[in-house]
Order: sequence, then C-alpha cells, then structure tokens
Amino acid sequence: MREYSDKKNVQAKAYHSDRFYKSPQLAKEKVSSDKQFSEDLKSLKTKFKISESYIQKDQMVLFIEPSDIKEVMKFLKEEIEYDFLCEMSAIDWLEKSNQFEIFYQMLSIKKRKRLRVKFFINNGEAVESIVDVFNSANWAEREMYDMFGIVANNHPYLKRLLMPDDWSGYPLLKTYPLIGDEAAHWYEIDVIFGKEHRKVVGPEIRDTKRVDQKDTTQFARVRSEVPYGAKPSNEKTNFTEFQEEGGVPFITRFTKDRQKTLKNRK
Amino acid sequence: MQTPNRLNPYYENLVFEREDNRMIVNFGPQHPSAHGQLRLILELDGELVVKAVPDVGYLHRGMEKMAENMIYNEFLPTTDRMDYIAATANNYGFALAVEKLLGIEGEIPRRAMVIRMMLLELNRIISHLFWLATHALDVGAMSVFLFCFREREFAMDLMEDYCGARLTHSAVRIGGVPLDLPKGWLESLTAFINKFPNDIKDYEALLTKNRIWKMRLEDVGMLTAEDALNWGCSGPTLRGSGIAWDIRKEEPYELYNEIDFKVPVSDKNDSYGRYKLYMDEMNQCVEILHQLIPMYRDSEPGLMAKVPQYISATKEELMTDNFALMQHFVLVSQGMRPPVGEVYVATESPKGELGFYINSQGDPYPYRLKVRAPSFWHTSLLQQILPGTYLADVVTIIGNLNIVFGEIDR
Repeated sequence: MREYSDKKNVQAKAYHSDRFYKSPQLAKEKVSSDKQFSEDLKSLKTKFKISESYIQKDQMVLFIEPSDIKEVMKFLKEEIEYDFLCEMSAIDWLEKSNQFEIFYQMLSIKKRKRLRVKFFINNGEAVESIVDVFNSANWAEREMYDMFGIVANNHPYLKRLLMPDDWSGYPLLKTYPLIGDEAAHWYEIDVIFGKEHRKVVGPEIRDTKRVDQKDTTQFARVRSEVPYGAKPSNEKTNFTEFQEEGGVPFITRFTKDRQKTLKNRK
Repeated sequence: MQTPNRLNPYYENLVFEREDNRMIVNFGPQHPSAHGQLRLILELDGELVVKAVPDVGYLHRGMEKMAENMIYNEFLPTTDRMDYIAATANNYGFALAVEKLLGIEGEIPRRAMVIRMMLLELNRIISHLFWLATHALDVGAMSVFLFCFREREFAMDLMEDYCGARLTHSAVRIGGVPLDLPKGWLESLTAFINKFPNDIKDYEALLTKNRIWKMRLEDVGMLTAEDALNWGCSGPTLRGSGIAWDIRKEEPYELYNEIDFKVPVSDKNDSYGRYKLYMDEMNQCVEILHQLIPMYRDSEPGLMAKVPQYISATKEELMTDNFALMQHFVLVSQGMRPPVGEVYVATESPKGELGFYINSQGDPYPYRLKVRAPSFWHTSLLQQILPGTYLADVVTIIGNLNIVFGEIDR
C-alpha cells in the first residue's frame, strides 16, 4: 500500500447533534463499596502508584504508571489471584491529547471478579511486553502493534498479525482512510488492463454501499431482474414468476398454480 | 540460504537438505483440515513437530474498524459473520454489552429472555454438532460426519422457522427479540429434543469405545490447567483441563440462575476428555431446553424493552403515538446515543468466553469496540502445544480446539 499522509480524523460522525443535548455518564462507584475490590486495591497500593480507581458496571478500573505494568501484572497473577488475562488493546486518543490508552482486562477465577488495568502513553512511546507473565499477551500485543503501531518492548516476535507484513499504516487509527482515493480506483485497472484502456474499463468501484442501477450480473436489481446480459428495464418483476427465456435445464417450468406447500418438512 | 540452480531448484515452501535434516512445511492456508484459512509453518524433524508458527489474517475484514463507523443496530448483523457457526451467540454477546452500556439489562421482557436462551442453546447444539462432525471427519470417521449433519439440519430448520435464516440469524436484537415464536414451533422443538439424546447415544456408540478414535485422541493435545490459564483458554478447552469455569454458572446472565444444569468438567487434559465434555454439554443443552418450554408458556407476552429513548416502540405505538414515531425516526436515522462510559461484557459462547469491550463517548458510533473472540486465543495456543507432537496429531489438535476463522481474524 502507498503511504498516506493526511492526518485528519476520518471516522463517521453523526450528521446532527442537538446543541443542548448532554450525554449521561455511566455511573462510577467508589471502590470502597465492594469489599473484595477494596482489599485488592489496598494491597496494590502498598507497592504501586495508582492515580485513579473506581468501579464501573461491577468491574474495578485502575490507572497505573506505564513503567509499572509488568510488575503490576506479576503482582496481580501471583499475589492476588487475577490469573487470567481476558483481553488487552489500545484506544486512540491522538486527536484529543496525542496519547494512546492501553487497557488490560483481567479475571480472577477463584474470586469471580473482573478488573481493568489502564494507563496512557504518549504517541511514539512503547509499552513493556508482559509475555513473560501471561503468554496470552503474545498475540494480543502483536495485534495491538498491527492495528495501532504501538511497540511492545522485549516481545519475542513482534510482527504484524492480521495485516500483510508489507502493509504500511495502522488500520485502527482514527486517521486511517476508510475508502481508497482517486489513485486507488485506477491502480488495479492499470496493472491488469493497462493505462490505455482506462476509458473502456472504467474505475474500480470500492464503495461497497454503491448500488449500480445498470448492473445485471450482481444482485443490485432485486425485483427488477432481467435475463443475464440483457438491458435493464424499470418494470417491476414478480420474482416468483420470473423465468429465464427457454427455461433452465433439468428444471421443469414453474407456474404459480402448480406450486404446493409441504405440510411436513422435517 | 538456498542457491537455486538447475540441479538444486528453489522451493518456496520446502527446505531440503538442511544441516540438521529438518524440514519446514506450510500447513495451509488451503488445507482442508485447517478449519478455514489457517497457515501453520511447521518445522519437522522426521514426523515430529519441532516448532510451529500459526499465521492468521487471511479472513481479516476489519470488523472493529467497521463497528466504529456504524450505529449500534447496524453493527449487529455484522457480528453474525464472526463465529458464523454460532451466530446467535455473537448477536447476543453484542446485544448484552450494549444493553449493559445503556443500563437496560433489567428491562428486557421475560419472554424475550426465554426465547433468547432457547436460541442460544439451540445454537450451541448446532455448533457442537458441527465441531463433532468436522473433527470426526478429520480423524477419519466419515459416517459420524453424515449423522451429525443430519441432526444439525433439523436444528437449523428450527432456526429457520423462527427467524428465516439458517446461518446468519441476527435473531437477537438490542433490547429483546423481534418476533414471538411461530405457531407450532414449541412442538417441533419438543420433538427435536426428545429425539436428540438418542442421536447423541448413536454418536457415542460410534466413537467413545472406538479403538481408532481412542488411539487418535487419547493423550493427544495435552493441556495443563496452568497452561490453559496462561494462554487465555476458555470454554470447553479450559474445562477440559479441570477448571470448572462456565460464565453461565459463575456470572449468570438472562435466566440461567433459574435453570438447573451441570457444567461438565474433565481433568484428563487431553483431546479425548474434551470430546467427552462436548458430548455432555450437548446433553445439558437438551436439559436446559426442556426446562425453558414451561417457562415460555408461563411468560407474559412482550418482546422488546420499553425504553423509547434507546429502543423503538412497538409498531402499534408507532402508529398511534406521535411522539413515539418521532423518537423512532431519530433512532433509525441517527442511532441511539448511549451514556459516556465503557463496559466489558463476557458471555459463554459455544467456543468459550466471548467478550465485547465498548468504549462510548456518547456518540451514535462506538469510540472503540474490541471483540474478545475465544478462537483467537486458542489459535495462539497452537505454538505451545504442537511442538513435541507428531504431524498426524496436528490435525486432531486443530480440530479439537474448535477454532473458527471468522472470529479469529474478525
């Protein structure tokens, strides 16, 4: 893929927002409202700096220092029985504060509790890999690198996971383009047919929502079908009665009065 | 490094005559036993696997990116395409996450909950049958494949009778279900679940004491409890290592706390133990479905939550109440605007813990949506459990882990 340099947020946006509408907030409860969580938090606080902590939807959320992450994970796993890393990934806040937010979703099978460890890193900074503590972070960190370009230091095999190796750009950034530009429309056409045939072939359509009214080979003309290759017409057809000219091999001609509904299918 | 010439041609995939006499083989991405587009790069010493590197991403459609550019209701049919064997489990996982974000999980009518659970358990049967069929086919038991697909067809007919679709159901919506059960559906379901335990006995008669089946599965794909936790395994793979963790039981959602069912666990740590566990789980699905039928009959009609701010009102209200119609118009054209906040909601899909992390900034589009798909973590486990096994067992292990590539690559 070619380099892409535009750095605007290109995500879909609501076309209308009420000026006076204020979004409600999901309630954040104090950690002291849950006995188990407050115990865990207390033991964590003896060793690590925790800048913020609250409970949202029965799960504790902790904000820690980025440099502590590996030690925190080790502590969670070995000391307070959060021995299952469910998920980890990042959130792009580049437009707002030039930062990424990294979250680690943890589960304790013995305590039946879930908590989320979070921290912020600046754009261009790396995180410390936790593969030594949780092997499951191996692919999660690779996916994070693949999607956001966030490097995990000391990862055994930091390589793109889902995208091809030679891809440039990181798809989950808010600045990543949603559709190809003018050059992308002609790229395959030039390679396959040659530049001189651009007028004959036309550009490649990469907009999946586009409906081509003249298309008779795809499914764009539901209820207005015509035989293969024929010119489209605007007359509506009743598709239950639609027949190919001359019939279809091995299929007897279907007429509406001969149809019959089976009473028992199974 | 190879120096290709006429006598010593260059093969992209195979390396012959290395000093240590090892061979590197590409298993997939078009291998029929790879259950989709899995490319495994295996380093073999004779037939012994020395190193395995799974390579995924051939089915990557960027669903998390798509989710950020769709309103919540628009994304729901897309979740069908993740684990396409158990589409309802995905729909439900997403719907529950959004409901928790909206704070309306207590508003769902009881009848909708019962229908959702029926669909979930029916889908679990479909998924487990598919797993058994393809796994047995990989190991060499062709007839089991045919038996399983026959019963799966009946279950899919039930799905079709309810929602019209067989594979991509979208039958669970945010806030409830769109339709009540059609006439005669409960009778068809009863007929199916009365017959199905006998079918399970047939499969067990074919497999459980089968000498070849036991030789191929016993002590193959050993996974200790410690490894299973460390690699993020969940669902039957975790329970096959002796850890009784089923989210339906431990963190009950819907009406699972009112239902009496067992969580099968196996401490044998091998593929055979996991096979037995899957069979037990199918029996438990039947038990759950039996208990759901009277619960449905006792429930009041009512299918969608009555929260007009987020969920469109019923058709009748839309046609009679002007304000409901206005709200419906805004919901359809702009989408619902959930509160600012984040949730992580895990449900027990047939494959394991299916989690949806949603970060909402109050817009109609999620700011970030992360899908925790169980197969993703089970595939990463392959690099741990394949080395030390034989090439023939690779197929057994991949089949046994029940991975589906729609949800690995998303």
